[in-house]
Amino acid sequence: MTRRTLVTALLVLAVVALFAVPLLVDGGTSEFGGTDAAVTEELEADGYTPWFESVFSPAGEVESGLFALQAALGAGALGYVLGLLRGRRTSVPAPAAGAGER
Amino acid sequence: MHIAEGFLPAGHAAGWTIAAAPFVVHGARAVVREVRENPGSTLLLGAAGAFTFVLSAVKLPSVTGSSSHPTGTGPGAILFRPPVMALLGTVVLLFQALLLAHGGLTTLGANAFAFAVVGPWTGYAAYRLTRAAGAGLMPAVFAGVALADLATYVTTSFQLALAFPDAESGLVGGLLKFLGVFAVTQIPLAIGEGLLGVLLFRVLTVNARPELERLGVLKPAEPVTPGGAA
Repeated sequence: MTRRTLVTALLVLAVVALFAVPLLVDGGTSEFGGTDAAVTEELEADGYTPWFESVFSPAGEVESGLFALQAALGAGALGYVLGLLRGRRTSVPAPAAGAGER
Repeated sequence: MHIAEGFLPAGHAAGWTIAAAPFVVHGARAVVREVRENPGSTLLLGAAGAFTFVLSAVKLPSVTGSSSHPTGTGPGAILFRPPVMALLGTVVLLFQALLLAHGGLTTLGANAFAFAVVGPWTGYAAYRLTRAAGAGLMPAVFAGVALADLATYVTTSFQLALAFPDAESGLVGGLLKFLGVFAVTQIPLAIGEGLLGVLLFRVLTVNARPELERLGVLKPAEPVTPGGAA
């Protein structure tokens, strides 16, 4: 394993750990509710009434599907670009041999 | 960071919309100019937009027992400067306001100001300062991406505190209250987002070297021969 691969693997591991640890440490006591919703609940409890409703409010299951769609569109586009860039690099011989490692 | 639809008093909603609008218009012009002058940028521009599209769709758990969204606006701000993200970020917010009942049209201005203006500018400033201090690309990317995330939520807390100051302790009390909800939860997310930014730039430095050199993120590996192509 090259040093570069190792660093990449450790970075990925760190990201996963950062979000897995709260779940493990918590042991199922918290709801992990969104902070956005926490604020609106607090404001409503203080007596504030929103003066405008969302133009379109999908039902819970539909909403999670649309969130997944948003992530999928983004991930698809990102993967397409990164794949294209990688393909461009690996398919064309380097224009200047040894560029970057003189 | 998404202030829900109708949750800012009308005056505040209008004020933040007016504050954000010039940035978004300027951002739209910046995107058009970038694509026109450097058609080769389109791919990376798409990647920057896609990054914020993915990250802002994900809710991540945090140590506080609540969850929150990352923002993903840092890499685009570092690559293309913040104005570009003012447009791309607002497009993301509009998508979420219209289709996901997340955020809202009345709060679009305030949310755009936090997510698409203050976040990217803070991240960009952090990136530039870190590099100016002599740090390498990756530490600077980490700082920029993480702080773009954190600054967005600090701004949201400030916006809410302005609209809903604490009954006794006023603006400061309100700010502390909303920061208590947002900021602590956001710190691990910002760190995670910073690491993701580093991963993205590790891929880009290998595969998009010409673009990064042109954008000034990387120094050209070899001195350009003088008198070359204009």
